[in-house]
Amino acid sequence: MTSRMSVLVLGGSSDIGRAAARAFAKAGYDVGLAGRDVAALEPDAADLRARYNIEVGLFKFDVLDAASFDGFVASLPALPDVVISTVGLLGVQQNAESDLAHATTIMRSNYEGPSLILGLFAEKFLARGNGTIVGVSSVAGDRGRASNYVYGSAKAGFSAFLSGLRARCSRSGVHVVTVKPGFVRTKMTEGMKLIGPLTVDPPVVGKAILNAVEKKADIVYVSGIWRLVMLIIKTLPEAVFKKLKF
Amino acid sequence: MTTVSGWGRFPVVDTEVLRPRSFEAVADAIVAGSVARGNGRAYGDAAIGAARTIGMTGFDRVRSFDPATGRIRLEAGVLLSDLIDAFGPRGFLPFVLPGTRFVSVGGAIAADVHGKNHHGEGGFGRYVDSILLHTGAGETIEVSREQNPDAFFATVGGMGLTGVILEATMRLRTVETGWIREQVVSASDLDAAMRALQASESATYSVAWIDCVARGRDLGRSLIYLGEHASADELAEGADRFPVGKKPGLAVPVDLPAMALNRVTIRAFNELYYRMGARRAGSDHLVSLYPYFFPLDSLADWNRIYGRRGFLQHQCVIPEAGARGVLGDILDRVSKRGDASFLAVLKKLGHGDGLLSFPLPGYTLALDFPVKGDILDFLDEVDRLVVAAGGRLYLAKDARQSRATFEAGYPALSRFKAIRKALDPAGNIRSKLSQRLFDEVKP
Repeated sequence: MTSRMSVLVLGGSSDIGRAAARAFAKAGYDVGLAGRDVAALEPDAADLRARYNIEVGLFKFDVLDAASFDGFVASLPALPDVVISTVGLLGVQQNAESDLAHATTIMRSNYEGPSLILGLFAEKFLARGNGTIVGVSSVAGDRGRASNYVYGSAKAGFSAFLSGLRARCSRSGVHVVTVKPGFVRTKMTEGMKLIGPLTVDPPVVGKAILNAVEKKADIVYVSGIWRLVMLIIKTLPEAVFKKLKF
Repeated sequence: MTTVSGWGRFPVVDTEVLRPRSFEAVADAIVAGSVARGNGRAYGDAAIGAARTIGMTGFDRVRSFDPATGRIRLEAGVLLSDLIDAFGPRGFLPFVLPGTRFVSVGGAIAADVHGKNHHGEGGFGRYVDSILLHTGAGETIEVSREQNPDAFFATVGGMGLTGVILEATMRLRTVETGWIREQVVSASDLDAAMRALQASESATYSVAWIDCVARGRDLGRSLIYLGEHASADELAEGADRFPVGKKPGLAVPVDLPAMALNRVTIRAFNELYYRMGARRAGSDHLVSLYPYFFPLDSLADWNRIYGRRGFLQHQCVIPEAGARGVLGDILDRVSKRGDASFLAVLKKLGHGDGLLSFPLPGYTLALDFPVKGDILDFLDEVDRLVVAAGGRLYLAKDARQSRATFEAGYPALSRFKAIRKALDPAGNIRSKLSQRLFDEVKP
């Protein structure tokens, strides 16, 4: 064990998870990566060790297996200082409209699972008296849009959960951060038409998460322009908004 | 199909772009007419597939690092900027740093890029011990100076045409700090500039910025930047041992109109730049490695200042013996046109390592021109001077040289072709550059 700070990244194989792990590792944190396929995380662990000379632990974690969460937390060698959930599933909106199983998976991957596991960490952090919880939500949760409302509604639920958790923890040493990245060039968005000036690369999100943790920010839009874009989208009257097909 | 171009934004072509996420997917991605692309900093058509372009920047993991030897194993998509960020503060840097840090390791090997230390320390490939290569025949092989040296020396500087570079093992140098002790020497004309470069052979780093609009007795006036790694005890009390590399701050937000760079603005800029530089001449001072090695990286998307039609960089190397006359002739013609921009660089090179590596002992001159008017004809004229002097053009910058110019400049071409044929009998690995310069199958 070292005396360094530690971070646990849930969804460690996602592009945002990898970028967050690198940003924290660079800042001197020891890193835990958690994901469904531990073997697939090995190359990233080797990368973090080689680059930053830190300790990296790998843990099996399945966001859809809520029954395993208690055991997962109990099995960690130490409670981390920071836990980040980058878990998420965009899914396919059109399929989710008729395929209830697909819709359920999207909802559970983006809302139920991340909320439950971060809630559990909050209990442990409150008992310890400190800790930082980061949920990577989405601007898609700010208002339901025709093109992705199954995903968006789940992210809205997650954002609301984080907001409530933050309020509850506000008088303790535990801090809760909500991150809304906007468009990011990742595996998840590959092939999508993204708007250049509104789109960032994963390392930008990684650094924004580190920054938010260090500054104890509450809600972070990774690029400031998204705050403005979503403000406009949120304030459009529903009568107008419902006609928009984006 | 996607519209793709190199850093010079000329030519712009349609190609299919794939971004595989595993080495198995790379193997599956190779079809007739494929080539790998790193971070897209080759200027012309080198990293654009004849039919399909395989984007490699997703392969960005360091596999292992041994601080005792500085030996590092990494995937080909790791950028030099990542290496500097992660290993600089630990006292390690790549031996060879080209003019931008935003190049991938795979691209740096494929172009056998050189830096300001080429005259003494050689090119990027010299510090590469071995390469994991996926050939056009579908084999994955490890090549080194000992194991399949033919494939190794064809791959170093081979512009990605021996196969897809997946991983490499290379050595990093140890440094005490991230600072460079810089000395600026001002040279009033070309003779003085060449004398100054000749006299500074023992400097680790040397490069000349050359004012390519100065004419008459000022022709070839230059500022020569010499550099040495600064040791820890040279730093001021409390200074950071390793300076932080800032993200490119300014960005060129839009394509500037083609007339933004003209005879008057370039002349004014160069005059100011020369005078300010000359004032700093003489004494040593410490500069961060970032402005020393990568002066243009601080201006994101600087390629847009040449406007929508893009620009051409003409980089030639002239063997030492005839260099003075040819360089003078080229500069004279360029200064009369007045459209070459402020990015003119003169530097001494040593031997290249790979069969198609650009460097040879002599002087390299790099000039940027906006794509307009009769520039293509003008550069063909310049090429005739280069060829007559036994020189050649840098493939990583090239978008337009003729087959004849290329063949004259690269005598090891037939050997390269034979090795390539053995690695890829069906000729699957082909780029727009190879189609233009030497593939037998015409587009």
